[in-house]
Amino acid sequence: MSLTADQIRQVAHLARLELKPEMTDAYARQLSNIMAMVGQLSNADTANVSPMAHPLDMHQRLRLDAVTAPNLREAFQAIAPATENGLYLVPKVIE
Amino acid sequence: MSTHGEWEAVIGLEVHCQLLTKSKIFSGAATAYGAEPNTQADAVTLGFPGVLPVLNGDALRMAIKFGLAIDATITQRSVFNRKHYFYPDLPKGYQITQYELPIVAGGKLDIELPDGSTKTIGITRAHMEEDAGKSLHENFVGVTGIDLNRAGTPLIEIVSEPEIRSAAEAVAYLKKLHQLVVYLGVSDGNMQEGSFRCDANVSVRRRGTEKFGTRTETKNVNSFRYVEKAIEYEIERQIGVIEAGGVIVQETRLFNPDTGETRSMRSKENANDYRYFPDPDLLPVVVTTDDIEKIRATMPELPEAKRNRFMQQYGLPKYDASVLTAEAALADYYETVVSTSAGDPKICANWVIGDLLGLLNKQSLEIGASPVSAAALAGLVARIADKTISGKIAKEVFEAMFAGEGSADDIIKAKGLVQITDESAIAAAIDEIIAKNPGQLAEYRGGKDKLFGFFVGQAMKATQGKANPEALNRLLKEKLAG
Amino acid sequence: MHKLSIKQLSEGLRAKQFSSRELTQFYLERISRYEPSLNSLITTTAERALAQADAADAAIAAGNAGPLTGVPLIQKDIFCTRGVRTSCASKMLDRFISPYDATIVEKLDAAGMPMLGKANMDEFAMGSSNETSWYGAVKNPWDLERVPGGSSGGSVAAVAAGLAPVATATDTGGSIRQPAALTNLTGIKPTYGRVSRYGMIAFASSLDQAGVVARSAEDAAVVLQAMSGFDPRDSTSVDRPVDDYVAALDRPIKGLRIGLPKEYFADGLAPSSRQRIEQAIEVFKTLGATFTEVSLPNSPLSVPTYYVVAPAEASSNLSRFDGVRYGHRSESARTLEEIYKRSRGEGFGAEVQRRIMIGTYVLSHGYYDAYYLQAQKVRRLIFDDFKRAFESCDLLLGPTATDVAFKLGTNVDDPVAMYLNDIYTIAANLAGIPAMSLSCGFVDGLPVGMQLMGNFFDEARMLNAAHQYQQATDFHRQLPKGFE
Repeated sequence: MSLTADQIRQVAHLARLELKPEMTDAYARQLSNIMAMVGQLSNADTANVSPMAHPLDMHQRLRLDAVTAPNLREAFQAIAPATENGLYLVPKVIE
Repeated sequence: MSTHGEWEAVIGLEVHCQLLTKSKIFSGAATAYGAEPNTQADAVTLGFPGVLPVLNGDALRMAIKFGLAIDATITQRSVFNRKHYFYPDLPKGYQITQYELPIVAGGKLDIELPDGSTKTIGITRAHMEEDAGKSLHENFVGVTGIDLNRAGTPLIEIVSEPEIRSAAEAVAYLKKLHQLVVYLGVSDGNMQEGSFRCDANVSVRRRGTEKFGTRTETKNVNSFRYVEKAIEYEIERQIGVIEAGGVIVQETRLFNPDTGETRSMRSKENANDYRYFPDPDLLPVVVTTDDIEKIRATMPELPEAKRNRFMQQYGLPKYDASVLTAEAALADYYETVVSTSAGDPKICANWVIGDLLGLLNKQSLEIGASPVSAAALAGLVARIADKTISGKIAKEVFEAMFAGEGSADDIIKAKGLVQITDESAIAAAIDEIIAKNPGQLAEYRGGKDKLFGFFVGQAMKATQGKANPEALNRLLKEKLAG
Repeated sequence: MHKLSIKQLSEGLRAKQFSSRELTQFYLERISRYEPSLNSLITTTAERALAQADAADAAIAAGNAGPLTGVPLIQKDIFCTRGVRTSCASKMLDRFISPYDATIVEKLDAAGMPMLGKANMDEFAMGSSNETSWYGAVKNPWDLERVPGGSSGGSVAAVAAGLAPVATATDTGGSIRQPAALTNLTGIKPTYGRVSRYGMIAFASSLDQAGVVARSAEDAAVVLQAMSGFDPRDSTSVDRPVDDYVAALDRPIKGLRIGLPKEYFADGLAPSSRQRIEQAIEVFKTLGATFTEVSLPNSPLSVPTYYVVAPAEASSNLSRFDGVRYGHRSESARTLEEIYKRSRGEGFGAEVQRRIMIGTYVLSHGYYDAYYLQAQKVRRLIFDDFKRAFESCDLLLGPTATDVAFKLGTNVDDPVAMYLNDIYTIAANLAGIPAMSLSCGFVDGLPVGMQLMGNFFDEARMLNAAHQYQQATDFHRQLPKGFE
């Protein structure tokens, strides 16, 4: 499995990562090596094996429907990059 | 219902319905509508580092309740997935939702069409998920403000089969669904506040063909009327495009209520790859048969069953029963009036549907905000039944009650409206009128029957409308006959 | 004083031989003396520590002291600490002052442990050498030209150098055990779900588990005891009582059945390391343990499985760092798209970016089944291997790392070679079982670690075996030159 620089750019876009242009080729090489190593997985016989998402055979615990979280807007927004009137600000979203 | 000639529309609806919980689906932040921006966004809602989701048990129970109400299968081991995309109103970069294993699968809803016939619409699935926040474009120049209070509010997304064939059917389906979730108490159904939102998948095909056309998805249409308009517009647009030799592009469109048109929103479309996978912070949701039965035991009587019971138990016509059971609160109101007043159920229905709803509608009041309580209305109906007042006087009393002047008895007493049932008093009044109007009497006796009304009017006037109408009629007839 | 065990420190505090303030001051002084050569801390929290020490001294004076009251510690900088920078060693969170505490921070604060500072680590815990930190590489106190291992490199370097008696750490694929092995420490990763993950910045949610690095199994046991337990804020936390780890330490281990996974002794393990482990096996035999060979046939697939599962979960977990609500926002970004791409491009280092891209790739349309789903199935096979092995033995024993600590810069451009460092540790994370590393000797003055793996929730038995071994040996008491 080998990844081209174009595929790297595509994946980087999906992950919203701006890559330094000079890194693209190095990433393509490194990710190709990693995917080659990962490719060993296809040799495993997994017919009739159920996928394991989780190490524990437990099920979801349920929370009581109660309001327990206080309003901490000030504390949360003290570390925000940009806020105004209690809103988080981002450059205009065009729809 | 509009028709489209040789064309047939194929419509599937996705409804996002907010569940009526106090706290969010995965955290203890409040869900109340209308709070100051971001004051109901806790660390979990904001997607802060290290914090973790825990499922709200009531959200799950409400989703199951809905599933039971549409005769669906409750998935006994359902799974939450992550759906990834970047958008500022989606704090974690993914939405927690259900994908391959939704909690509710394979239900149905019977809808009534305008011609009175019934049609069953299949419901493919209903899954639980978290709502996103809101982007506010107003009040800022060049920037968008993000309010995450709504983020994390529990939703069920209800996906219909593409079995709807017209805008009118779509509206009938939505109204029925809306009535159901409100009845069940799983949602407040408030469309202005976004508690009940609809995306419409629309395609068209030539009648008689089986293959579906390419569909478009019109997003977030937030009233029944807009749904109808948006779908109607989209059907016409698609037919127009195809007949002009064009092709329909699979895309997301946005309805503009001001123009009644839909427009493409291509900006959001560029090749989404949501990368669904099971959320490792949440475990499979396991529901036992026992859990399901416990929830079933809490199911309220559903609209159709209630309507049928009203027809049988109270001997009401279908129209009355339908109106009275449209909302659970109204049905409860009616039943309280009947049982408290011990009055005739049909008369009670007339009062609720005619007088009460009339005045409520005039003032845009919900039944819950009625100035006349069910017990108070029952008090009035009881005074009609025991002949304290006539039906006609009762209207006057009711208006006074609605205006807040007190109970029926208070008003009857204060205004001296007790009906005259003493026949000798009525007879005396009649004698006086006959004596005063010898000419009319002669004409009446000469065959001019219409003058009976004149004598009734005079007698009512003389008794200030308080004479028992039945006794008055009988005595008047006897005396006029001579 | 830095040579004393936690038990001895606790006794000294209660006997008023020294106060917690004195003890805390003592460690803070060692930090200012040795830290410049190690770079083991991202943030030192002297004021917070001294205030906690004073509270601890008051508790001791009032007779309310527990076994950890007044004993200082260092927290890995992956745990959120209210009012203190929690960076995860990333530029992304360089200015992130956490508004809340992780559950284990609450617990260890409540136990009365003054927090001296926040330990350096690989960025977002992604690394095996502690060279991916935005705050620079951590040096191994046993040889300052060598790596301390990763990702908990700061935690181990600090404890090995005597800058704190104990430190917290996390382990997603070996991040507690491998660095412990490389620095002569005892490090334990408990069963998945035993210690709350709330407030621990997620790398790979189904693998991450918090634990502790200490100078002995005894020290590790008493701190793990205080960290463990059910947390309703973590859906994956297990609601079951915590065993008494400390009480179990002194049990004799006669008759303990230890399995030796043959795949762990194949090529790839340095002969000198193998020799030290074989010597340790002999020690265990004299203590009455019995050994059998077992097979974990799918263990060669654990590294490829891990490098699908962990990056997939990481790519998702790290989506929240988008420059909108907290964390780094690129100053040059003008549009929303630029805020996302540049903030993440600038805020994440190369290894984090690589893993985000691998994870994004294996989850993307058309590749999911071949990679992610297949990895989850192989994960099941690996899990089943352990289940079978524990039918015939109580513990498994093998190497922790392939060799002693390597030199800084050795593998920085070869991710695959770096990933193979974790070949012996990853399987325990995939299966969710507890595992630990402890020292079994030295090669050319560098520590060699051995790994013990236990069945689910068998931490007490593992710690017991490690403690008995440490009663019979003194490798764990050795200190690196220059830090005595």
